[in-house]
Amino acid sequence: MADGSTMVVGSGDAMSPAPRKVGSLKQLSRRRSTAALLLCLPLILLIVGLKIYPTFYAIFLSMLDRKMNNFVGLDNFAFLLTRPSFHLVIFQSCLFAITAVILKAFLGFILAHLMHNIRGKNQRVWRGLLLVPWVIPLSLSTLTWWWLFDPSYSALNWTLEYFGLDAIPFLGTRWNARISVIMVNVWFGAPFFMIMYLAALKSVSEQLYEAAAIDGANAWQKLIYITLPMMRNIILITVLYSLIVTFADFDIVRILTNGGPQDSTHLFATYAFTVGIQSGNIPRGASVSLFMFPILATLAFFVLRDVLKRNKEVAS
Amino acid sequence: MSSVVSSTGATAGGAQPRKKYGSLEQQHRTTMRYSYAALSFFVVVFLIPPFYMIMTSLKSSAEISAQQGNPWIVRSPTLENYAHLLSDASFQRYFLNSTWVTALVVIISMTIAILAAFSLSRMGFKGSQVISTGVFLTYLVPPSLLFIPLFQIVGTLGLINNTWVLVLLFPTLAVPFCTWIMIGYFSSIPKELDEAALIDGANYPQILIKIFIPVAFPGIIAATIFAFTVAWGAFLYPLAYLYSADQATLTVGIVRELIRGDVFAWGMIMAACAIAAAPPIIIYTFLMDYYVAGLTSGATKG
Repeated sequence: MADGSTMVVGSGDAMSPAPRKVGSLKQLSRRRSTAALLLCLPLILLIVGLKIYPTFYAIFLSMLDRKMNNFVGLDNFAFLLTRPSFHLVIFQSCLFAITAVILKAFLGFILAHLMHNIRGKNQRVWRGLLLVPWVIPLSLSTLTWWWLFDPSYSALNWTLEYFGLDAIPFLGTRWNARISVIMVNVWFGAPFFMIMYLAALKSVSEQLYEAAAIDGANAWQKLIYITLPMMRNIILITVLYSLIVTFADFDIVRILTNGGPQDSTHLFATYAFTVGIQSGNIPRGASVSLFMFPILATLAFFVLRDVLKRNKEVAS
Repeated sequence: MSSVVSSTGATAGGAQPRKKYGSLEQQHRTTMRYSYAALSFFVVVFLIPPFYMIMTSLKSSAEISAQQGNPWIVRSPTLENYAHLLSDASFQRYFLNSTWVTALVVIISMTIAILAAFSLSRMGFKGSQVISTGVFLTYLVPPSLLFIPLFQIVGTLGLINNTWVLVLLFPTLAVPFCTWIMIGYFSSIPKELDEAALIDGANYPQILIKIFIPVAFPGIIAATIFAFTVAWGAFLYPLAYLYSADQATLTVGIVRELIRGDVFAWGMIMAACAIAAAPPIIIYTFLMDYYVAGLTSGATKG
């Protein structure tokens, strides 16, 4: 920042036309870009030191043996692929991410439409109420869900029994537990979809709907031919982004089931934690996390492509 | 909607403008009524856990274990759980740890993000485009991908079981998105504004402090809330790197330390959750609009 002032004095000079100044202008722009680089330096250091380096370090770690003395190549990955419990992890991660994201997107879409029908001050209040699940730190609300699911004290089961239905062991059996963790994720994530879609809905011009109404379109046709095409981009980006976050989710499963019953609800993140941190097998834990990498990279590629395309469209 | 269309068709010939207006209005009102009904249903469902959290936190352990009658309501409300927590030294410790970690993380993240965003959106240098894209990409790297190599790195630095590790690591979660938000807000400031300031003899620090920060203030609020949310609610890093109670933050302190063995003091756990959830809820109550605007700025443009 120290050369900031000199820079500006220089640029004041550069404004006056003089052929002699070309050299100093170049110098000026060089100094300016040095200053710009300096301002970015903390960001670059942070990202290189704590994001890029750890990524490569993870690859290195994953190729060591348990005591981290010997290089074992891809043995960790090969071993994991032979384990039935790891097959369950792969299956559950995909099931969890895909089901939860579809439900969140669908629910968010409905909520956004309902919200869009309400105008003015009321909308703000209702939106605020629906955003509460998303505002409470996830680990704490998951704890509350656990208490709601508690086998002997469950308030949900009390309600079911009150209406003459059978109690459900929410976390007791494999499929119940799988569905429960998905439900908690949907509860937490749907409000995010709602606000993204609501913003997109607001940006669709009223005139399009009026024109369609004059042409005799019904509500369904308006949805299919106006709303969805206009929201296509934002739906795509939100879904892709949410797939990444949901796929890499940790808090819900860790607190609610910690992978049980019988490893049926482990996701990559929670399994990596169990193997890597709790059992102390760092290389194998690193390999478990790295299994996420190709999937996340593919999704990130599509998000990035879409975002850059949109930026270009906005700029032009 | 089809009735609108048919009534439009009917009135095209005849002269009944008032009736047509009325039916449109009525239809609008019906839509509103259905929307409110449906939204009420969703609000009730979505607010079950927070409601139950508050209710349980007001119950005594005796009332919880007695299991008599409706669990959704509290019979003899008591604040003893809250009183006990607020006077509990280790809970105070968690709260204090969370507070100073969050404050430092917000300050550090926002400083890094604002400087970088100013540089990337205005000054530009060779490769600044690559860095902008890279920043967005790192935003998509979830913490659960890197926590194991970071465990080793943090161990080498001697920061295992030291709350400062969070001050080092949380900015990696907050900075990319904060920078991304700030680049968006800074880019929307017309170039003429800083050119005029340059001609008037302002230097870059002055332009940043006197023009960019005030003009992009909504963006700064949005990014600050994001950094706060990330630092306050993070669970994986403190769980993985801090193992003793005196170093713990609220999230991990509550989840790990308050649940001891089989003695589930749920009234107290829920009271702790309510206290820990209060700061974000208060902040969002007042500043939600800024945050939503910052978050959805990408959704509304283009």
